[in-house]
Amino acid sequence: MKFRIYRYNPEIDAAPRMQNYELNVEPTGKMLLDALVLLKEQDDSLSLRKSCREGVCGSDAMNINGRNGLACITPLSTLKEPVELRPLPGLPVIRDLIVDMTQFFKQYHSIKPYLINNDPPPETERVQSPAQRAHLNGLYECILCGCCTTACPSFWWNPDKFVGPAGLLQAYRFIADTRDQATSERLDDLEDPYRLFRCHTIMNCVDVCPKELNPTEAIGRIKDLMIKRMV
Amino acid sequence: MAVNKRTFDVVVVGAGGSGMRAALQLAEAGLKVAVLSKVFPTRSHTVAAQGGIAASLGNVNEDNWHWHMYDTVKGSDYLGDQDAIEFMCRAAPEVVYELEHYGMPFDRLDSGKIYQRPFGGHMQDYGKNPVQRACAAADRTGHALLHTLYQQNVKANTHFFIEWMALDLIRDEEGDVLGVTAMEIETGEVMLFQARATLLATGGAGRIFQSSTNAFINTGDGLGMAARAGIPLEDMEFFQFHPTGVYGAGVLITEGVRGEGGYLVNGQGERFMSNYAPNAMDLASRDVVSRAMTIEINEGRGCGPLGDHLMLKLDHLGDDVIKQRLPGIREIALKFAHVDPAKNPIPVVPTAHYMMGGIPTNYHGQVVAPYKTGPDEVVHGLYAVGECACVSVHGANRLGCNSLLDLLVFGREAGRQIIEDLKSNPHPKPLPGDAADRPLARLDRLENQKNGERVSGVGDAMRKTMQKHCGVFRFPDLLAEGVTQIKQIAERVAHTEIQDKSRVFNTARIEALELDNLIEVAQATMIAAEARKESRGAHARDDFQDRDDVNWLKHSLYFSEGSRLDYKPVRLKPLTVDSFPLKARVY
Repeated sequence: MKFRIYRYNPEIDAAPRMQNYELNVEPTGKMLLDALVLLKEQDDSLSLRKSCREGVCGSDAMNINGRNGLACITPLSTLKEPVELRPLPGLPVIRDLIVDMTQFFKQYHSIKPYLINNDPPPETERVQSPAQRAHLNGLYECILCGCCTTACPSFWWNPDKFVGPAGLLQAYRFIADTRDQATSERLDDLEDPYRLFRCHTIMNCVDVCPKELNPTEAIGRIKDLMIKRMV
Repeated sequence: MAVNKRTFDVVVVGAGGSGMRAALQLAEAGLKVAVLSKVFPTRSHTVAAQGGIAASLGNVNEDNWHWHMYDTVKGSDYLGDQDAIEFMCRAAPEVVYELEHYGMPFDRLDSGKIYQRPFGGHMQDYGKNPVQRACAAADRTGHALLHTLYQQNVKANTHFFIEWMALDLIRDEEGDVLGVTAMEIETGEVMLFQARATLLATGGAGRIFQSSTNAFINTGDGLGMAARAGIPLEDMEFFQFHPTGVYGAGVLITEGVRGEGGYLVNGQGERFMSNYAPNAMDLASRDVVSRAMTIEINEGRGCGPLGDHLMLKLDHLGDDVIKQRLPGIREIALKFAHVDPAKNPIPVVPTAHYMMGGIPTNYHGQVVAPYKTGPDEVVHGLYAVGECACVSVHGANRLGCNSLLDLLVFGREAGRQIIEDLKSNPHPKPLPGDAADRPLARLDRLENQKNGERVSGVGDAMRKTMQKHCGVFRFPDLLAEGVTQIKQIAERVAHTEIQDKSRVFNTARIEALELDNLIEVAQATMIAAEARKESRGAHARDDFQDRDDVNWLKHSLYFSEGSRLDYKPVRLKPLTVDSFPLKARVY
């Protein structure tokens, strides 16, 4: 198979370049990550992040033939050749396919991604009905891979001001949790021309999420809650 | 080369479940803590745990910690230390409630309480009937747990050093541990982290095997560091093979599938576990199920054209149960086995999964080693928790859901113990002049190696040897040959060469350093397995098929220097209750 991979090593390269690779591999039953591991055996300078290789840790997000995704759960056989691999867009590149995710996590941290409940904890669990718990489905499963946020044009324009789909999905995860008591502070924090309202429902986030989550819907729900409390 | 130094009260190496639980305890106590992690914390391998956390909440059936303790002792094939097991099982409900208060999105029962499912080896009334003890968040319990702990650490302002790889322990002449050396992956810079307490929480080393459920990062870094610093590794011969790794890919399929009512069938469509564990059936403990599967395959009753795997059937559970309780499994089956589990069974095979052994500790997380007066002398300044530690609560075989529990209980306890110990140890000891010598020599060797072998080639040789010579069943000739081979491979590891010599995010260098750690673990595992002349828990020998309590009811200790083995007694006396006497283990 033929690959074209974005290469950049700040110690050597003045500018990024695309490097061609060929790999003798039977694509059936293999994932893109398997191919990258084999390519790295040929050329140990090829750099990428990887860990769980089953789509739950979020390490190996990259831009695959123009679309963000996880290498470990992208079947090789579905990819058009030459397979063009680039780092996630919109973030500074450290090296090759490795991006600096500081800005992404800064936005995640900005939404206070933890349960806020100031009541003294009971002796056992706080109760929550199955229906209440079901509100967290489609939210808590996020793996913070960054595919969605780095596919969002609003984030490309305002990475320092717009929280981005991943962060907003998590903001709603805590708003939707019946155990959380900080809904109104959370809404206050997002009531800002940029933090939430830069979402223009382009829905790239929904399109690329490897866990099939729907940040746009969560953002819509946050907006609904804001309107509700105004009237 | 000048190496910069930073000083903290505590340095935690690893940001999985146990490291972050400890870090939370320490940060909340106001200590100055550095948490080093090779990967962003939520990428740690705890994220891949699926089934649940064992705790006798009794939300569905009657349950209590005595029964949980009995199951754990029996599951360990009596090699577990009963003081530590009592400590863990008693604390289980408390640490689960705590996690719920932190925001963990547990599934719920109609009563609003935490949902609990059955799991292998967890029984009511001292081994009678399966009990629902596994506290679950769908089949993503590890993910939910790891993210919840990370979130709490964000709240507590824990100081993370992300994408830093710890290289070696700093130990002075008196044997005290004074911190670690570590490398920032992004820049290649080496730094000394001086600390009054060092906690290793580096997880497992499943990557010593060719077919493993483990992540690429599970390279036994803490064990390698400990072994090079002269600290023994305990019970390394006991490596758990999980019954249900996806055939071919090795990706884990939780035992929770069987907890929810799924079962294994052989090539003849027969539910074969009834022949091996008539009472617990598919919910017997993992060593028992993995052996049964291997026997089915070896005796020609496997599935597929090669007869080399078995089938996990869950289509009878219905689409709703699968989507609600096992959504992650559905995803994995579709992606890695190309089957919809609501329609077709999943091809599975026993797959290397969990290391019962590790760095020896007591139940406070303090590392212990023989020195002058006995086998359990505290190594000052050093602590270990989670899979890299051997407390030992899992003994010769771990029960499912006891590892997430282990992370929480001993992460918290080690945190508490460190806070206590630091009160009487207010000043850091001066670092020895040679504090950075070992890691710098390792890096220097890599930098200047000529005509060496590729890291990937040597690593493959190691993984193949472990897989062939140290698997589910172990044979004397294969073990003896395995010891010779693994020692030869260790020689080759000492001469690997990397082509890429750059500084910035050099993953080739990281993989070479990881192989240094893997080979320590592989040698310990093979050598300890060859030496133990009995079958117990996950260690099943063809030439000694029975448990031998007269000669082998003891923990092994492997010392890297001279590949020496020593042994120490099992702690059979619990903290407050009577010992569980030795019995034949039947499920």
